[in-house]
Amino acid sequence: MDTENNIKTLVVKKPLKLDCGKTINEFPIAYETYGLLNRKKDNAILVFHALTGDQFVTGLNPITKKDGWWSYAVGPDKAIDTKKYFIICANVIGGCMGSFGPSHEDPNTGNAFGTNFPVITINDMVNAQYNLLEHFGIDKLFSIAGGSMGGMQVLQFISNFPDKAKTVIPIACTSSHSAQNIAFNELGRQAIAADSNWKDGDYSSKDTIPNKGLAVARMAAHITYLSKKGLQEKFGRKLQEREDLKFGFDADFQIESYLRYQGSVFVDRFDANSYLYITRAMDYFDLAKQFKGNLSNAFKATKAKFFIISFTSDWLYPTQENKDIVIALNSIGADVGFVEIESDKGHDSFLLDVPDFLTALKNFLDKSYLEN
Amino acid sequence: MKNEFQVIAELIEKEKKVLDVGCGDGILMEFLKKNKNTNIRGMEISKSKVQECIAKGLTVIEGNAEKDLKQFPDKSFDYVVLSQTLQAFLDPELVINELLRVGKKAIVTIPNFGYWKVRFHLLIKGTMPITKTLPDEWYNTPNIHMCSIKDFFSFAKSRNIKIFKSLAINNQNVSIINHSNLTIKNFFADLGIFLIEK
Repeated sequence: MDTENNIKTLVVKKPLKLDCGKTINEFPIAYETYGLLNRKKDNAILVFHALTGDQFVTGLNPITKKDGWWSYAVGPDKAIDTKKYFIICANVIGGCMGSFGPSHEDPNTGNAFGTNFPVITINDMVNAQYNLLEHFGIDKLFSIAGGSMGGMQVLQFISNFPDKAKTVIPIACTSSHSAQNIAFNELGRQAIAADSNWKDGDYSSKDTIPNKGLAVARMAAHITYLSKKGLQEKFGRKLQEREDLKFGFDADFQIESYLRYQGSVFVDRFDANSYLYITRAMDYFDLAKQFKGNLSNAFKATKAKFFIISFTSDWLYPTQENKDIVIALNSIGADVGFVEIESDKGHDSFLLDVPDFLTALKNFLDKSYLEN
Repeated sequence: MKNEFQVIAELIEKEKKVLDVGCGDGILMEFLKKNKNTNIRGMEISKSKVQECIAKGLTVIEGNAEKDLKQFPDKSFDYVVLSQTLQAFLDPELVINELLRVGKKAIVTIPNFGYWKVRFHLLIKGTMPITKTLPDEWYNTPNIHMCSIKDFFSFAKSRNIKIFKSLAINNQNVSIINHSNLTIKNFFADLGIFLIEK
């Protein structure tokens, strides 16, 4: 990948002590910005990406040459309006789009870190990204927003830095990764590890890539992002460019062909070891546990205004898990709004053109900004 | 704004913390926020109404009062408002108890089933009453626990709920209800408004 020229990077000089006990020094954070920071520096929104996202939120992603992952929500006049707000998004540490991750060179060996990279957590990710505030001289963000793992980072960020954001928008997420979530992530990791090209994580020095394992991981995960109804409506039992069943194991059904395609394009843009590290960070996420089992205490110190959004057909991070966050906030009298959006597009709804969601997001942000 | 909301707003002092249960499209919330500098929250069961509230910049939680009030701590609001919704709950008594637990005071309004037009409708026509405040047919009405102003008074008494103030609305007229005029008000009022505490 020719990444050098298109990636903005902040090299963090301050050492960062990770949850695993190790400390990292002089590490890069790759980021992108959209819109303009105003003179008062009160219009900045920090967006956090999900598992396979990156810093290229909207417009053309210069690396993949595809639309940014949140193009429906972020852009001129869109829900997160780039004409009004200054949007910052960073690639998470552990990622593979320029931020410090397992594909970076280990100075001790001269090879990529691979599985010698320290295990990172959601907490480590947001602590690393916090450095961007200083970089831009922003004292307080107008908002922090993100869906899925992005939402987990939102929750962790406001817990760590309670007075650094005015509004807080966790979307389709959870405060504690469930057994089912961990199970799906483990399935993906095992698929990668089962690929003989993975070489215990040392594939880059052996000049191989565990493409098959990573593709299967992506295929399995992709199913969890959709809903049964959505799949049925889009694919049903439709056959792939054939009149009848072929009595073999080619992709007879459109859904098979679709999943294979999703797997194949994913391996071109994502690193297998990053997939292991980031899914691990999600599995370790349990905000309540950080506060001795009382989630409310995570938010006690903040006066921020929360807006929590879930989707009816999201079975990966179901409404109840989002509501648990609302309940924790209400029990300490925090300012929290909540809406469950009707959609049959599953967990992926937050990334797609779901008008009720985009309208709610826009209205919440724009009205809150007026009250600034 | 509805006369009823004017009356409710007059019962609430400035700068209080208020929860509007079944806040609908947020008209009362908006009024209280603007005119009384109220720290106001809403709960609403309809997704489209929640969206309308968000568009007005109001803090609203999508939820069902019968299940979702329990997340609020005791006495966490100065006032909890319930406007013309009590009769639609499966368990109105539970809801009243929850309102009084969550709020230091509660303001409850009810469409009065003792209103003379309601009585005459049933008496003369022999069919379920339909009025301005009760516009639905028996088969599609959300109202399953109708009561009269008199019923509410005796309910409050039997549960040791203090009624601080009770007001009757008939068209544009607002009047105070007391024990001596209860029978008359129960006949002429379309709507009853009660400020209660336990």
